[in-house]
Amino acid sequence: MKVSIERAALLKAVSQAQSVVERRNTIPILANVLIEAADDTVTFRATDLDIEVVDKAPAKVERAGATTVPAVTLHEIVRKLPDGALVSLTEEGSSGRLTVEAGRSNFSLATLPKEDFPVMASSEYTANFSAPAPVLRRLFDKSKFAISTEETRYYLNGVYMHVSDADGGKVLRCVATDGHRLARIDAELPEGATEMPGVIVPRKTVGELRKLLDDDDAQIAVSVSETKVRFATPAITLTSKVIDGTFPDYTRVIPQGNNRKMEVDAADFARAVDRVATVSSERSRAVKLSLDEDRLILSVNAPDSGAAEEELAVAYGDERLEIGFNAKYLLEIASQVDRENAVFLFNSAADPTLMREGNDQSAVYVVMPMRV
Amino acid sequence: MFDRAGRCPACGSPRVVSHPELFDLSIAHMDCDAFYASVEKRDNPELRDKPVIIGGGRRGVVSTACYIARIRGVRSAMPMFKALKLCPDAVVVRGSMDKYVQVSRQVRALMDELTPAVEPLSLDEAFIDLTGTAKLHGAPPALMLARLTKRMRDEIGITGSIGLSHNKFLAKVASDLDKPRGFSVIGKGETDVFLRDKPVTLIWGVGQSGQKSLEKAGIRTFADLLRWEREDLQARFGSMGDRLWHLARGQDRRRVSSRRPVKSISNETTFHDDTADPDILDGHIWRMAEKVSARAKAKDLAGRVVTLKLKRANFALLTKRVSLRESTQIADRIYRVARDLFDQVGDQGPYRLLGVGLSDLVAADVADISGDLLDPDAEKRAQAERATDAIRERFGKDAIVKGRALR
Repeated sequence: MKVSIERAALLKAVSQAQSVVERRNTIPILANVLIEAADDTVTFRATDLDIEVVDKAPAKVERAGATTVPAVTLHEIVRKLPDGALVSLTEEGSSGRLTVEAGRSNFSLATLPKEDFPVMASSEYTANFSAPAPVLRRLFDKSKFAISTEETRYYLNGVYMHVSDADGGKVLRCVATDGHRLARIDAELPEGATEMPGVIVPRKTVGELRKLLDDDDAQIAVSVSETKVRFATPAITLTSKVIDGTFPDYTRVIPQGNNRKMEVDAADFARAVDRVATVSSERSRAVKLSLDEDRLILSVNAPDSGAAEEELAVAYGDERLEIGFNAKYLLEIASQVDRENAVFLFNSAADPTLMREGNDQSAVYVVMPMRV
Repeated sequence: MFDRAGRCPACGSPRVVSHPELFDLSIAHMDCDAFYASVEKRDNPELRDKPVIIGGGRRGVVSTACYIARIRGVRSAMPMFKALKLCPDAVVVRGSMDKYVQVSRQVRALMDELTPAVEPLSLDEAFIDLTGTAKLHGAPPALMLARLTKRMRDEIGITGSIGLSHNKFLAKVASDLDKPRGFSVIGKGETDVFLRDKPVTLIWGVGQSGQKSLEKAGIRTFADLLRWEREDLQARFGSMGDRLWHLARGQDRRRVSSRRPVKSISNETTFHDDTADPDILDGHIWRMAEKVSARAKAKDLAGRVVTLKLKRANFALLTKRVSLRESTQIADRIYRVARDLFDQVGDQGPYRLLGVGLSDLVAADVADISGDLLDPDAEKRAQAERATDAIRERFGKDAIVKGRALR
């Protein structure tokens, strides 16, 4: 194999590949990236056995071939090469070494046989559709903060992507929850997605997917089966197993009868929560919200560290209410609001609270209160 | 009155303690003699001259053996079948923890009268620091300690042994030298000579594995340990190395503190017969969770880490743990998490032992304060549990029992 490739293109392809590679893995071949050169294209393939990323970059292929080298090392080398450099990757027959050359720099990397590299089995996808990058970006960005890290409830360790009924017909919906908060984000159902099975996209996949979604104009080809999900741009294909489990029935979690409404500027609210939470106890992070007519008092009373209070003007016309929350959860949902005021809908101090942006029903958040 | 050799002029006892530093030493370790067995003998005089073993069931282990049984070779932690082979005429008593706790409290009260610096290690032993109390009591620590054991015998009806020295490590070593009803002293002047030929297993906390790693380094006795440079010990054994270096010289600067935080709470049970039956195991998980929860509630503590421990029939040990988002002391939550952990283990039984533990402990007021969106009934169950606790408080612990506990 002998290939010449522009440093920037190489870096982009290799960095996407190496981020999939698990840092602490015990199987040597999984630390490697499979490099395949043919027809003026170099393909970089990396996997952790659950996720596979295939990244194509244009290159001048002098001699076709394939090999594998440690992904992290290759990435480090390319990252440190000067911008604009032309990099050549050369493997001489059975030398067991890949030479990386750029200008006066010369590296020789140990290879492992390409035959040992596990390529993810292809799957029959039951639904194929295309969605604009900004739509997927919103669906996942606004839901991923609520993904659980609890191993015992592994079926919550991802975002549940599925087709659902909403007021205006069927929608593409992403839901994530850890039992303390929940995010439910809807988007217009893309053509061809109707038959899509609901899948739980693992946390790590959500992270990798995000890198495909930066370009506002990109169209992402999405394929879904019962066991796998694939997201692809012309250059990058990300294939992932989905979490084998049943996502709980979240619909009964979303309160319907909450009618004590508070409207507040989300940024002001977030800053005030952040300020008073400075003295809250490390463990509970509890903040109390005391609501009275058009007035909200945020307070913290932590016997060990101190107390804090801040008043905020809000729109509220219901009875007095005192309710406690974990400050971190309040900050996270408040930071999802970017255009209008945050609207909170309370019931009692013990019931889940709902939050949305203005009157937008396409993104709702639920957060569980805590005793204060 | 103790510094003259020979017999005690007051009572004629030959057990007279004499030591040049006797009235200068003030750190003591009090260890009750065969505590559980002594309590049982006190309450049932028929047992007095019989070998008595406290322990659970045919498959259990010896938790305490009285001194008569010890003569026959019975030791604590010995499997019951082995103990009964050595001592077939032993009376095995299941023991009643509630009673021992109560007696332990009485002993504690006597110690508390001497000094606020009492650090209990378990129900039947404690460190006592009497430094600076001589003026207050009008008597040196040694005398007060002798009076303590007398009061324990006269007022409570059990006996204990005292170790008196200049630090905790040596006090604990000393209390074991002359059991039962002992009073041993290790003075500063004799510390080095005393330790020199002793095995390092004397150090509290050096168990079998610790012994092995020390042995690998060629360390069997304190004399071996003395040959090591401080840096080398640190390099080889980490933070323990530094402690070893000091202990080798009879130095131990740990204070006697009554406020030693509890680090974890756990309960385990060895089954009568190995079992792989998930229903039976589930019952055990519940009972262990309930015990752990009861102890946490009694101490006003809650924990964030739940551990499940299983010992397979071939003695292989499996432990699984999980960190919760919020601390808990509720039996129902501990049970559910432990049950989840059990389900993750998969079918690898049969098992001979099961244990549940709670660690990363905090004060209970920050525990169980937020609900679970996905389990809206959890709060109701927690309330039911608190109501159950209140009923048990009034009518006894068997007043109300979950069906699950009867499996």
